[in-house]
Amino acid sequence: MTTPNLTDAGPQSASTPVGDVVLRVRGLQKYFPIQSSFLRRTIGHVKAVENIDLDVHAGETVGLVGESGCGKSTTGRTMLRLLDPTGGTIEIDGRDVTNLSMRQMVPVRRSAQMIFQDPYSSLNPRHTIGKIISSPWEVQGVNPEGGVKKSVQELMARVGLNPEHYNRFPAEFSGGQRQRIGIARALALRPKLIVCDEPVSALDVSIQAQVLNLLEDLQNEFNLAYVFIAHDLSVVRHIADRIAVMYLGRVMEITDSDSLYRSPRHPYTKALLSAIPLPHPSMRGQRERIVLTGDLPSPSNPPSGCVFRTRCWKAQDRCATEIPPLAEISPGTSVACHFPEPAKDPVSFTPPQG
Amino acid sequence: MTAQSTGPATAAGTTKRAFLELDELMVSFQTEDGVVRAVDGVSFALERGRTMAIVGESGSGKSVTSQAIMGLHSRRAAKITGHAWVDGVDIVNAPDAELRALRGTRMAMIFQDPLSSLHPFYTVGKQLVEAVQAHGEVPKAEARRRAVTMLDRVGIPNAARRVDDYPHSFSGGMRQRAMIAMALINNPALLIADEPTTALDVTVQAQILELIRELQTEYNMAIVLITHDLGVVAESADDVTVMYGGRVVERGGVDEIFSRPSMPYTWGLMSSVPDMQADRGKRLEPIPGQPPSLINLPKGCVFRPRCAYAQHVPDGRCDTERPALTPVDDGHDARCFLTLDQKRTLAVKATGTEEVA
Repeated sequence: MTTPNLTDAGPQSASTPVGDVVLRVRGLQKYFPIQSSFLRRTIGHVKAVENIDLDVHAGETVGLVGESGCGKSTTGRTMLRLLDPTGGTIEIDGRDVTNLSMRQMVPVRRSAQMIFQDPYSSLNPRHTIGKIISSPWEVQGVNPEGGVKKSVQELMARVGLNPEHYNRFPAEFSGGQRQRIGIARALALRPKLIVCDEPVSALDVSIQAQVLNLLEDLQNEFNLAYVFIAHDLSVVRHIADRIAVMYLGRVMEITDSDSLYRSPRHPYTKALLSAIPLPHPSMRGQRERIVLTGDLPSPSNPPSGCVFRTRCWKAQDRCATEIPPLAEISPGTSVACHFPEPAKDPVSFTPPQG
Repeated sequence: MTAQSTGPATAAGTTKRAFLELDELMVSFQTEDGVVRAVDGVSFALERGRTMAIVGESGSGKSVTSQAIMGLHSRRAAKITGHAWVDGVDIVNAPDAELRALRGTRMAMIFQDPLSSLHPFYTVGKQLVEAVQAHGEVPKAEARRRAVTMLDRVGIPNAARRVDDYPHSFSGGMRQRAMIAMALINNPALLIADEPTTALDVTVQAQILELIRELQTEYNMAIVLITHDLGVVAESADDVTVMYGGRVVERGGVDEIFSRPSMPYTWGLMSSVPDMQADRGKRLEPIPGQPPSLINLPKGCVFRPRCAYAQHVPDGRCDTERPALTPVDDGHDARCFLTLDQKRTLAVKATGTEEVA
């Protein structure tokens, strides 16, 4: 577990403008203890996040995808110190925040905010919209220029809410509008990084597109970096510049969005993509579907070697004994697999490796 | 079969009814704020072996429609008019005892959230056995044998042992399989699947959809598939009904709907979803605004407040007049005032779909 992985040491994909690194994560681990019902002794660990390396640059969107239970939300929360990491380091905006106390974290949160999945439970039902959106300023002791009310109303207008609704309560808003309130709150401190945890999955499709467009506009306007956590692969492909595919707490593959969908290199990515329904009835049966058998192994007792080997059709003896490191196999593409799929695209030239 | 016939306006008992036939079904609820017209005149027909997808957003009336087909609405709370014929029995007017006999044996339903539809206190096996015994004198051992066979059939590994497990020890996909097993254990002819894969991961979704397709062929079931996911529709449906504000706004065969969508709401749905085939930088074109309140439906076309194409219709008809469901093509109807030519040309612009001749 101590081998350092060089996820992002290589050159960035050409399409991504490289800004300052706003989030740098090295060897991130998060274990949850399993306690015995008697005496509450720790009898094991759920290894929710295992050895994750990631750099997120200003203006960039990094998608985290994977099935439920793969640790993508835990990763997002641990990155912002909403959960304490078990191991590894976290740097936000150039500052090592791994061991800061909650009080010391307060100023750091100005540059890193979060948008949550459930627009119903993430807003206090007894606070007005004005109070909800201005609460980050209150916590940080910030006096926005032009007064709180005016600034809140500017934010509301910016995210597409009617500023006259300043004194309303969350219950008076629909799901899509509530998500806009959550976005306005996350924007209040002009952060550099926003971790979006399934921000659109609770919304209707037409509303989902509105919120995605808003997130894109805000990113261009404020040069925001997003970590975008989602299980909907078409949404992630649309919004993310780079995508990390997670399985059982580990990154299986990380690459730019176009390469990932055009030419998945990890068998798990390939299986995941093949499961997406094709968008037109005339395409029925065109894609060879790789059906993964069985369920996700338990993260408290992951398989030896490669964690995916129990469901992988390419698995060999070596996969059971040797953990494949996340290694760069072509510029900007890293894969944790002993037997990666060949690159499919003839356009982007991949030099033969090893 | 051509997609649907509005059919039973000629309600003379002589016309042969489809296996499932809705005729001007209306469901409304009296609330403190006024009457909610959740379903406002829905008609369609579905034969055994076919899948009808009902597509729409929250509040479009798709779930209320399916619950009405199952006869699940309380007659005190909901006012239901029109007809819903299942295998010749009109659910709307059938006595409760007859409905109970129909549910489970002739028709069954699977829900979005399998955990809340399985009782946490009883083993999966016990719940399956109960489903068998509720509909006939079956000895317990025989019922249990059928439970194990069914669990095995839906792909639960080691079914003979897992049958005695509680729902909490099943994963999400296995719970959904267990619920499908429970719905199908009495071999129903009609299955209503209300967002059956929405809570599941894509990999599990693919397995469950595949399973439903297999079982459909095996049992020759009619399936009503309620979903908001157009990908699932494209993959599984034969016919499509698009609902908005409690009404059918477009319906037709699945190829027709995807190749020649003919109603601005359908276009909006299609262009709201990121296209995996398209260029990544392409901006999404969402439908502006929100779905309407079912208490205060807009005058004129229900979709008018969110429609970007109303200026193509002369005299502001969209604002004043409710469009009727009119034929676009054989078996393909849409509720829109745009002329056929406009529908063709605007659809290509709106959705980027090349018309497949």
